[in-house]
Amino acid sequence: MKRFLKLTLISILAVMMLGACGKEKVGGGAKNVDAKIKKQDKIIFGVKNDTRLFGYKNPSTGKVEGFDIDLAHALAKEMLGDENKVEFKEVTSKTRIPMLNNGEVDAVIATMTISEERKKEVDFTDVYFQAGQSLLVKKGSNIKGIEDLKKGTKALAVKGSTSAINIREKAPETQVLEFENYGEAFTALKSGKGDALTTDDAILYGMADEDPDYELVGGTFTEEPYGIAVKKGNTALVDKLNKALKAVKDSGKYEEIKSKWIKH
Amino acid sequence: MDFSILTDNFGLYLEGFKNTIIASVIALVSSFFLGVIVAVMRISPVKVLNWLGTGYVEFFRNIPVLIITFFFYFGLASIGIELDGLKAGTTALSIYTSAFIAEAIRAGIMSVPKGQMEAARSSGLSYNQSMRLIILPQAIKIVIPSLGNQFINLVKNSSILGVVAGLDLMYQADLISARAFVTFDVYLFVAMFYLVLTIPLSLGVHYLEKRLARSH
Amino acid sequence: MDFAGAYSAGHLKFLLKGFGVTLEVAIISIILSFIIGGAIATVRYSRITFISSLLAVIVETIRNLPLLLIIFFTYFALPEIGLKMPITAAAITALTLFESAMLAEIIRGGLNSIDKGQIEAARSSGLNFIQTLRYIILPQALRRMVPPIVSQFISLLKDTSLAVVIALPELTHNAQIIYGQKNSYVIPMLIMLALMYFIVNFGLSQIARRLELKRV
Repeated sequence: MKRFLKLTLISILAVMMLGACGKEKVGGGAKNVDAKIKKQDKIIFGVKNDTRLFGYKNPSTGKVEGFDIDLAHALAKEMLGDENKVEFKEVTSKTRIPMLNNGEVDAVIATMTISEERKKEVDFTDVYFQAGQSLLVKKGSNIKGIEDLKKGTKALAVKGSTSAINIREKAPETQVLEFENYGEAFTALKSGKGDALTTDDAILYGMADEDPDYELVGGTFTEEPYGIAVKKGNTALVDKLNKALKAVKDSGKYEEIKSKWIKH
Repeated sequence: MDFSILTDNFGLYLEGFKNTIIASVIALVSSFFLGVIVAVMRISPVKVLNWLGTGYVEFFRNIPVLIITFFFYFGLASIGIELDGLKAGTTALSIYTSAFIAEAIRAGIMSVPKGQMEAARSSGLSYNQSMRLIILPQAIKIVIPSLGNQFINLVKNSSILGVVAGLDLMYQADLISARAFVTFDVYLFVAMFYLVLTIPLSLGVHYLEKRLARSH
Repeated sequence: MDFAGAYSAGHLKFLLKGFGVTLEVAIISIILSFIIGGAIATVRYSRITFISSLLAVIVETIRNLPLLLIIFFTYFALPEIGLKMPITAAAITALTLFESAMLAEIIRGGLNSIDKGQIEAARSSGLNFIQTLRYIILPQALRRMVPPIVSQFISLLKDTSLAVVIALPELTHNAQIIYGQKNSYVIPMLIMLALMYFIVNFGLSQIARRLELKRV
């Protein structure tokens, strides 16, 4: 029995020692991403692969498509002179900040809301799309808006998203179930695992577009301004992206892309 | 290491810990019974049962437990059968583990000398009675350490509940880290909760293995 | 259930691409784990006092934690202390960490199974420790270890599915993207997934069995 306790204790201590290993706060002023982009002559964008209309990998063609993708191409054209000087890597709500900090992607354009908390970890460009959190339900559902998410109801959300935190504040009585990504969360809604799926309306429109049995209800109850995120401290890159974004907007290209994908 | 993460979120950790234990214990009991049935089928003189048992063991041993979990969570729902994450995960764990337990018990049965079955049969017991009263009790005693190992695997594998919103430790850890904006410390505490369960279990298994080796 | 739609040529190609990633990650991890696990086992076997006990604690701790936790930790928590890795590297690191600990125990068990008398005989005939290990112990022990090592590789292949949680584009991940399109694809996709894992793993387990029979 003594040996039991001793070994358990030693293991736990070993884990704690790992915890004591001084933590260096990551982020601030690390590698210059702007120079890296110049050197590799392309921009590596982190994009969603499971979000219809914004970033969606079409399993039949293997190509990623959507608003974020087209915008990334347009930005590359402004910044590097060729819209094909881009590479796309998949990110999820949970992986996008780590991937940015790892240097695996140069910029994240993945339905990412600019928030005060996130600004502490990454830098954002100007708003490129204005979304708002809403609810997606099966047509004919009793849920007509956020006020119907009472005790006994279940709301589905995605781990690491602002909407998972918001919904707990706005509808404290509902049980929130969180999934790894939007694909899984929507599969869960279709499987009847919850009464409503909550996230930004822009993403929900994509799901309603995919399966006409589902609809958005109750309008938006938050404001979710999307920005392009880069690793903290890369102000030069943020400036360049903002300039390119402005050029894309001024040339009318932005409206063209927007009307191609967002029809609501 | 920031202990305020543990104290601030103690309720969530505890709920996760509780659900991890519930899922593991229920899955242990049900996989044990399933495993015994399948093991008996595998050595049964009836050919069809034999094939079914072998097919069951080979199939479930060779596919990831995650896929069985998805089947019970998403797959069954697509044909109208509703299970929540905790139930679907526990069912999947039971089925997956039962394949391993069946193999362990079969090995145990094989290690009981053949003469015992013959003696039991000639003293007037039926095949089923001899199996239930004479062979199985001895076989299970022999395989207790390997059942212990399967229980440890069960506790570890129960972490897949987190992927289907099963409210276990892993799931709560995600919620805590999303809120606290740290991951490192949150997961270290989770690791400790698991170790508190698994280390005593492994030491117990070591002890039983040694004792069994000595008694032979 | 829409089998025809789910099994379209484009989908199957997408699945195979994922399977390629699964195999790649599994093969790299098993090779690395074998080297690291072998080194750990040798050090523990030779009983270099301090290092051996330290390794024992590390190995036991890792073996008693869920792999899912280790994967999460490697990808999401280690960056907080400055260790940053891309997804594939993180998956390989996590799997290698876990499997090295598992293999270290298998290999140590294999080494320990060699009769001590042989070692004494070899040493007294003038061979040093390294030579004894190389010419006497390893050749015999390796032969005994092959079947459990193949089983461990099967576990590893199954375990790569857990890397879906860090969006590694492997088999299970790609299947999720496909069945995310339509609910009627869920069951057909899960069946296809199970079959793909089963065929490879069952094949491997048959090879392991053949090897085991040869030895006896």
